[in-house]
Amino acid sequence: MHQDYSITHLKQLESEAIYILRETAAQFEKPVLLFSGGKDSIVMAHLAKKAFYPARLPFPLMHVDTGHNFPETMEYRDRFIAELGAELVVASVQDAIDAGKVKEETGPHASRNGLQTVALLDGLEEGKYDAALGGGRRDEEKARAKERFFSHRDAFGQWDPKNQRPELWNIFNGRKHHGEHFRVFPLSNWTEMDIWQYIKLEEIDLPSLYFSHERPCFVRNGVIMAVTDFIELLPNETAQVKNMRIRFRTIGDATCTGAALSDAADLDAIIGEVAAARQTERGTRADDKRSETAMEDRKKEGYF
Amino acid sequence: MTETNTAAGYLDMDLLRFTTAGSVDDGKSTLIGRLLYDSKAIFEDQLEAVEKSSKSRGDENVNLALLTDGLRSEREQGITIDVAYRYFATPKRKFIIADTPGHTQYTRNMVTGASTANLAILLVDARKGIIEQTCRHAFIANLLRIQHVVVCVNKMDLVDWDEGTYNAIVEDFKKFASRLDNIVEVTFIPASALLGDNIVDKSSNMPWYQGPTLLYHLETVYIGGDENHIDARFPVQWVIRPHSDKWHDFRGFAGRIAGGVFKPGDKVKVLPSGFESTIKGIHTMDGELKEAFAPMSVALTLDDEIDISRGDMLVKLNNPPQPKQDVEAMICWFSADKKLAGRGKYILRHTEKEVKALIHEVRYKVNINTLRKIEDDLVFSHNDIGRISIRTSAPLIADSYRRNRITGSFVLIDEQNNETVAAGMII
Repeated sequence: MHQDYSITHLKQLESEAIYILRETAAQFEKPVLLFSGGKDSIVMAHLAKKAFYPARLPFPLMHVDTGHNFPETMEYRDRFIAELGAELVVASVQDAIDAGKVKEETGPHASRNGLQTVALLDGLEEGKYDAALGGGRRDEEKARAKERFFSHRDAFGQWDPKNQRPELWNIFNGRKHHGEHFRVFPLSNWTEMDIWQYIKLEEIDLPSLYFSHERPCFVRNGVIMAVTDFIELLPNETAQVKNMRIRFRTIGDATCTGAALSDAADLDAIIGEVAAARQTERGTRADDKRSETAMEDRKKEGYF
Repeated sequence: MTETNTAAGYLDMDLLRFTTAGSVDDGKSTLIGRLLYDSKAIFEDQLEAVEKSSKSRGDENVNLALLTDGLRSEREQGITIDVAYRYFATPKRKFIIADTPGHTQYTRNMVTGASTANLAILLVDARKGIIEQTCRHAFIANLLRIQHVVVCVNKMDLVDWDEGTYNAIVEDFKKFASRLDNIVEVTFIPASALLGDNIVDKSSNMPWYQGPTLLYHLETVYIGGDENHIDARFPVQWVIRPHSDKWHDFRGFAGRIAGGVFKPGDKVKVLPSGFESTIKGIHTMDGELKEAFAPMSVALTLDDEIDISRGDMLVKLNNPPQPKQDVEAMICWFSADKKLAGRGKYILRHTEKEVKALIHEVRYKVNINTLRKIEDDLVFSHNDIGRISIRTSAPLIADSYRRNRITGSFVLIDEQNNETVAAGMII
């Protein structure tokens, strides 16, 4: 009897990601999962739970904390990790500033986004982690389109895009010399739409920031920014602050994460919005707009 | 393709991975750009960015190649160096494109892109017909066992939509393709990627063509038979031991099924040890399954307590692979700075296992432009393809690549610098 042995594309992506997560646990001595509280890292952590079920995660989660978080992110983080029963490691940008390792930007455009790289690399070195799992996807940004699942970093944490290891079939070469480490991206082949559909399929709980809500905002360089304690308003901006009905498409540092006007209050509405969207989700990220190859340049330095 | 992805429809979609290879002038970027744009996978801000950089580079038209050529060096040189993965979806399928450059010096990128593809699109310029590059791409698709090939005869607008020109190209390709034994299905489509004929919408310029448009073919081509659902293969990736009160004695063997169908109650054998047992359960976080098949990731439990670790393989009793230490293989050499040394030693990575490998003999290389064997120059350098024999330090639980792409493939790794220097397909 002919039987149809096929699985849906979401199940294929899930299976691939689980394979990568298990491979990471098996090939490295001390992996860590980078958890930002954004939807991609939430999906990745959910997949990690599936990969090792019914055992606990064989690695901790690391939050690179800029100190400029929306309170909703922190509240969600602590709840999510408690439910997961996982260990949390915090790599703090504030600590790096206090220790004099980095200098904080000042002025209205100040962002700690760039400083994350230092806190991240320090955190990895301190914990002697040899593989950092990240939620990056190839559809996010053109420099990420050529990123590997297993991405080799030299002893300085740097990425050499011209000298990447080829990846064929499902064979991943995680061999390295002492002091080097890997970034691993289990969600490489997912798109923003896949992520949202999977969240719906799996009924994954998300931070409230992703759903439509009202908050005081202002517009800077065409990007809607939320008013927080961490952003210094320009004189002309104070006057134009008003309550807007918005949601966030990505969640990062509060100083550089733009919002979008939206009435999408549940997953179906968000999926409809993503399907109709004419701007990439990173279109609201001020950090990518600094230059044409801004992402590649930051990644070469060790950004995730 | 005006429909948007609805929540319900999206949950039934399947996945097709395809590869395109091509060089600057054959319209590959235009083709991909059109597929992405018409399926709304290109966003306004991406298009704006590309328009801006096209202008500043002095390009006359919007250069869609800039969408895929993301690395600084690629943008500077105006070429695709690496494999670029692109994504789009229609209400029927999600597509992953492995977009690779087409020149001989990027053979390794074509091989990489082809290794996971179900389908290959070969672009032929209607004015030029079947050229060396077409044959090279077809050879690589066949070598990597891509079972479905689309020969897209592009730029039909430049030959006045002439049926005779198209038919001659089809005949030429068929003559050549009779030598390619892994390709199950070849589909020919006359098209103009620039004007959109037969890409998404049917061409009114070629009423003599009755076949599908490219997108319709990509959406409907049957790929359910591509995986091997006969020979049961389960490479063990990780052993799950919860050590918790609730799961005190649980020992789950985690992995991704590489072939065949597994069910609770099936008799299985562990290789290389040879111990036999029975599948007790197929576990996932969503509950136990009644059956599992490739490419699912699951955890199996067995009735008996047997010592099993990463790198072992569970197989069914009827058709187990024969463990072997002498392997014949076709390889593609990847390293730019080191050549394959006769009697050289490498690390060989196969499924979840690493062993040492000694290059026993180099048999021949293939001139991938003429497809003739080269027997007088046996030194493999960058991008060379050919046949070698290898002796391994421990037995490989392997199938021929022709039977199974996962259990039939391996890579060679340089012991000094840890680079992946070759990809191999077991004969």
